[in-house]
Amino acid sequence: MQQPVISVKHLYKAYRTSAGDFPVLKDVNLQVLRGDYVAIMGPSGSGKSTFMNILGCLDMPTAGSYVLDGYAVATMPADQVAKVRNQTIGFVFQGFNLLARASLLDNVALPLVYAGVSKEERHARARVLLEKVGLNKHMHSHPNQISGGQQQRVAIARALVNQPRLILADEPTGNLDSTTSEEIMAIFDCLNQEGITIVLVTHETDIAEHAKRQVRFLDGKIVQDTGASASSAENANV
Amino acid sequence: MFSAMLGEAWHAMGANRLRTFLTMLGMVIGVSAVVLMMAIGQGAEASVKRSISAMGSHLFVVLSGPPRMGGARTATGNAPSLNVRDANAMSELYGVVGVAPVTMGKGQIVYASNNWNTDIIGTTPEYMDIRGWRLSAGYPFSSSDTRSATRVALLGKTVVQNLFGEDADIDAVGKTIRINQRPFVVLGVLESKGQTLDGRDQDDTIIVPLTTAQRKLFGNQLPGTVRQIMVQAESDSVMGMVEEALNSLLNQRHNIREGADSDFSVRNLTAIANSAAETARTMSLLLGAIASVSLLVGGIGIMNIMLVSVTERTREIGIRMAIGARERDILLQFLLEAIMISIVGCLIGILIGVSGAILVSVFTQAEVIISSASVLIAFSVAASIGVFFGFYPARKAARLNPIEALRYQ
Ligand SMILES: Nc1ncnc2c1ncn2[C@@H]1O[C@H](COP(=O)(O)OP(=O)(O)OP(=O)(O)O)[C@@H](O)[C@H]1O
Ligand SMILES: [Mg+2]
Repeated sequence: MQQPVISVKHLYKAYRTSAGDFPVLKDVNLQVLRGDYVAIMGPSGSGKSTFMNILGCLDMPTAGSYVLDGYAVATMPADQVAKVRNQTIGFVFQGFNLLARASLLDNVALPLVYAGVSKEERHARARVLLEKVGLNKHMHSHPNQISGGQQQRVAIARALVNQPRLILADEPTGNLDSTTSEEIMAIFDCLNQEGITIVLVTHETDIAEHAKRQVRFLDGKIVQDTGASASSAENANV
Repeated sequence: MFSAMLGEAWHAMGANRLRTFLTMLGMVIGVSAVVLMMAIGQGAEASVKRSISAMGSHLFVVLSGPPRMGGARTATGNAPSLNVRDANAMSELYGVVGVAPVTMGKGQIVYASNNWNTDIIGTTPEYMDIRGWRLSAGYPFSSSDTRSATRVALLGKTVVQNLFGEDADIDAVGKTIRINQRPFVVLGVLESKGQTLDGRDQDDTIIVPLTTAQRKLFGNQLPGTVRQIMVQAESDSVMGMVEEALNSLLNQRHNIREGADSDFSVRNLTAIANSAAETARTMSLLLGAIASVSLLVGGIGIMNIMLVSVTERTREIGIRMAIGARERDILLQFLLEAIMISIVGCLIGILIGVSGAILVSVFTQAEVIISSASVLIAFSVAASIGVFFGFYPARKAARLNPIEALRYQ
């Protein structure tokens, strides 16, 4: 049997607030196989972003296990987690999160700085990716000089620059109009065809339909999963 | 990767130029103050040291007249209480290596159409050794000159310059000059000694045999009396003993009973000079210490701005962490920024401090010493201040939780 890229079992997350612990994820189980294309949906506040942040190793769960590519994230030392964020995962945010002071080229090349890649290679690889997302003409512009759709392309290029196996995107089209959203989704479709595993969060059904599999969150639990195979459901219950 | 971070730090510094400049200003002022103060302090120390070594070592001067208490009673006008026989007796004392009776006065010197007014020292040949005074041309006078009161003179550099012109040492030797209208043959020219501790020109002087001065220049003094006797001890360790011996010898010779006022005073010139050197050193340290306080203030300014910068750039830190920056990458980034600000500030400070020191030396003639050590110290202190005061904000940045940093508005 193929090893899953993502294997989440009995995952709990509670936020610590002044009014006491506030549970957000309650026993979430999910397996994502290599090459899968998953859309996570659900009402606002159902815990989708919380879940994505945990998948992206930006946040830690309160309980439960998360195995990424065969490694339990909870037991990894901090530097190893940073390396995972750098090389295994490409994270795309709703709000783009580009560095305002850096050029598009430098933004895309930034993960390579932390990977210890030489300057020439950084720029060469960043250039290739900017070309791939159709922004090679704006290489030396700054994020505030381009549109939201273009910024999201830059963010995708940045997520791809270290050739990750997994792309995580939290409402990547949330700030964009429908035409631009379609263009962005076309990029994701293309990446998935190249074999990259994609998990994205969206509120729109037509966006979700780009994915091969739809997962629905409600109140911190997965209530529907179109792709839940018998084996993964079995695994989840172990 | 390190070079990429240096580039980013440089970039970040340029992002808010005015703020960077103001932060740097603290460092600039601190470093330039340290460099300038150390240059002035070390210069003062060095010129004191030089005057001391020019003075001669292990020296006493025995003055005629009672010790001056409070400075009011000066013995001028009274007949000198010391004489040449006292000097001879002193030279017999254990630990004494040289004794030179000295009589002093003013004289008008004329050569051709030039004339000059200067101090005239009448003394014995030993004086040259005691003061460690060498000749740059000609020969010293001998004890036969003292015995027969010959009219010979040794001229100081300043005197030669004023009578014969620059670099005329050799020309001056053998010439006849007039001192208070009497002809003297120039035997030699004294090597330059520079200024005394209190700023007098030691080269503005003429040395003649003691007897010549007493009989032929200053006249009507009691024969054989002198105002001062210079005494040189063998070494530092016998200074105390020699001082006691001088006092008891003179008390005995002058029939002064215990407890009575003496008619002479013994001064340890070396001790006085050493304490002047000590004062100069203390002053130099104090100046440095005061200047260092401004360095500290500059460092605190850097820390303050770095803390503001970390808060302002929380989101940026979150983004960097999200794409794979390790804690130490973030730490290094902010540390580099702090260090860069302090080092650039330090370099500018060194520049200003050095030019300030040069200006001081040009405009006040005071000696300044810009030692590479003081520049190096200022530089390394500034760099460590960058590290020290940059570390806390940088660590604060590195310890941020990525998701909280990303959420920060
Ligand atoms: N840092 C936090 N501290 C406390 N509570 C939080 C925090 N972040 C999120 N929450 C709460 O957790 C719940 C889930 O939030 P989350 O952002 O995961 O929802 P979501 O499904 O992504 O919603 P949306 O579709 O609006 O993005 C919300 O009720 C929110 O109030
Ligand atoms: Mg969300």
